[in-house]
Amino acid sequence: MRAFDFKAPDSLDAVCALLAQYGSDAKLLAGGTGLLNLMKQELVQPAVLVSLQRVPGLDTLTVDGNGICAGAGVRHRRMETDTALQQAAPLLAAAYGHVATVRIRMSATVGGGLAHADPAMDAPAVWRVLGATMHLRSASGTRQVAADEFFEDFYTTSLAPEEVLTEVTAPALPAGAGWSYQKFLPRSADDYAAVSVSALLCLDGDGRVAQARVGIGSAAPIPVLAQAVGAALIGRQPTPQAIAAAAELARDAVDPLDDLRGSAAYKRDMAVVFTRRALTEAAARARRA
Amino acid sequence: MSDPTVTLSLRINGTPWQGEVLANRLLVDFLRYDVGLTGTKEGCGVGVCGACTVRLNDRLVSSCLTLAAMADGTELTTVEGLAGREELKPIQRAFIEHGGFQCGICTPGQLMAAQALLEHDANPSEDAIKAWMMSNLCRCTGYYGIVRSVKAAAGGAA
Repeated sequence: MRAFDFKAPDSLDAVCALLAQYGSDAKLLAGGTGLLNLMKQELVQPAVLVSLQRVPGLDTLTVDGNGICAGAGVRHRRMETDTALQQAAPLLAAAYGHVATVRIRMSATVGGGLAHADPAMDAPAVWRVLGATMHLRSASGTRQVAADEFFEDFYTTSLAPEEVLTEVTAPALPAGAGWSYQKFLPRSADDYAAVSVSALLCLDGDGRVAQARVGIGSAAPIPVLAQAVGAALIGRQPTPQAIAAAAELARDAVDPLDDLRGSAAYKRDMAVVFTRRALTEAAARARRA
Repeated sequence: MSDPTVTLSLRINGTPWQGEVLANRLLVDFLRYDVGLTGTKEGCGVGVCGACTVRLNDRLVSSCLTLAAMADGTELTTVEGLAGREELKPIQRAFIEHGGFQCGICTPGQLMAAQALLEHDANPSEDAIKAWMMSNLCRCTGYYGIVRSVKAAAGGAA
C-alpha cells in the first residue's frame, strides 16, 4: 500500500474542512473493508486518508414514527440485529444480515457501503426500494439526494470529493407490507450474489396489489429499481401467473456482466427466477399480514 | 522525505502500548513486526479467510483490512490474550481435545471468532455455530472438529 497522510479529526466540521482543502486527493475512511482492499491493490491511491473514527454522533440509529434514520457510521451488524429496525424494516435488516460474514459486518458501515457503491452489495438496492434519502454535508452546507439519484456507475455516486455522507433516512415499511430478500449464491455463502432481489408488496382490501417495488443487485453498473416489474402488478391479484408475467420484465431491467458467478445471459434468467421467488414470498407475507 | 507516521495509544492484551507507527501500516503487520505478537496470521489478505481475526473492543476485525491507526484508543485482543498465564480458555482446551485444528494456521482466528460467539450466545445451536464460524476458513477441512470444539466449549464439556 502506498504511503499517505492519516488524519482523524474529531468533528464533522473538521472533516469537511479537510475535504475542502484536499479535494479528490483525500478519501474518507470508515470501516475500511471496501476502501483498504482497493488501496492494497493500488486501484485507489489517496494522498490523505481522513478517518471518521473520532467523529461523534455518526453511529446513531433511530427508528420511530418518522421512519428510519441510520447514521453513516452505523455498522452492518447493528442494522442486522437491531430489534426496532427488524420490526420497522425487516427487509433492510435481512439484507444487511446477508453481507459477507459476521466479522465483516462488525466493521463495514452504512455510509461506507453506500459511498463505496459496489453494485454487488446487498443493501443499496434495498435503500432504493424503501425510497431512501441520502444526507450529504460539505464545508459549504448540506444537501439531500434521493437514493434513485445517488448511484451513477460502478463505484461512482453523486457525492462530490468535498462531501461526506452523514446519514440515510427512509420511511418504515407500510403497515401490512409483505417483503422478501433473495440472494442467489452459486459459489460460497460469503460471496457476492450472482443476483439478489428485494421485493416489497402491499395489498388493498380486495387483495389486489396496491404497491410493489422490486430492487435487483449484482445485475447492472448500479443497484437497480425494476419499476416495470412493480408497475405490472398494480391493481392485480398477485396470482402465480401475474407474478410470473411481471417477473419476466426483470430480464430487461438488468444489465449484468459475465463473471465467475455466471454469464450475463444466465444472470438475466436468474434475475427473472429470483424476482418471481421474491414476489411470491412477499405476496404470501402480505396476505398473512 | 520519510513516510508519514501516526502516534498510537492503545491497550494490547491488557498492556498499554504507545508509539509511532507508519500511517499505512496494516494492523496485522503492526502486531507481528512492531509489537512482536506473531500468533495472528495473515491468510488471504482480503478479509475473507479470517486467519488474521483479532478483537478491537467488542468487535471482531480482519487485521489485514484494518490500519494500525484505526486501533488508536482501543482495547485490542489477540490470540495471545485469550489465555491467562497458566490456564487455557475452555475454547482453547476444546480445540485441543476435539480435533479443532490440524496445521494450525487458521486456529488463532478460529479461536478469536469462537470466543466472541460464546460471549454473544453461551449455548449456540449447530446452525448458529456454522453461520458464525463460516467467517473463518480452514484449508485442512477441519470443520467438523471445529464445530465439535465450539459445542464442547459451550456445553462446558471441555
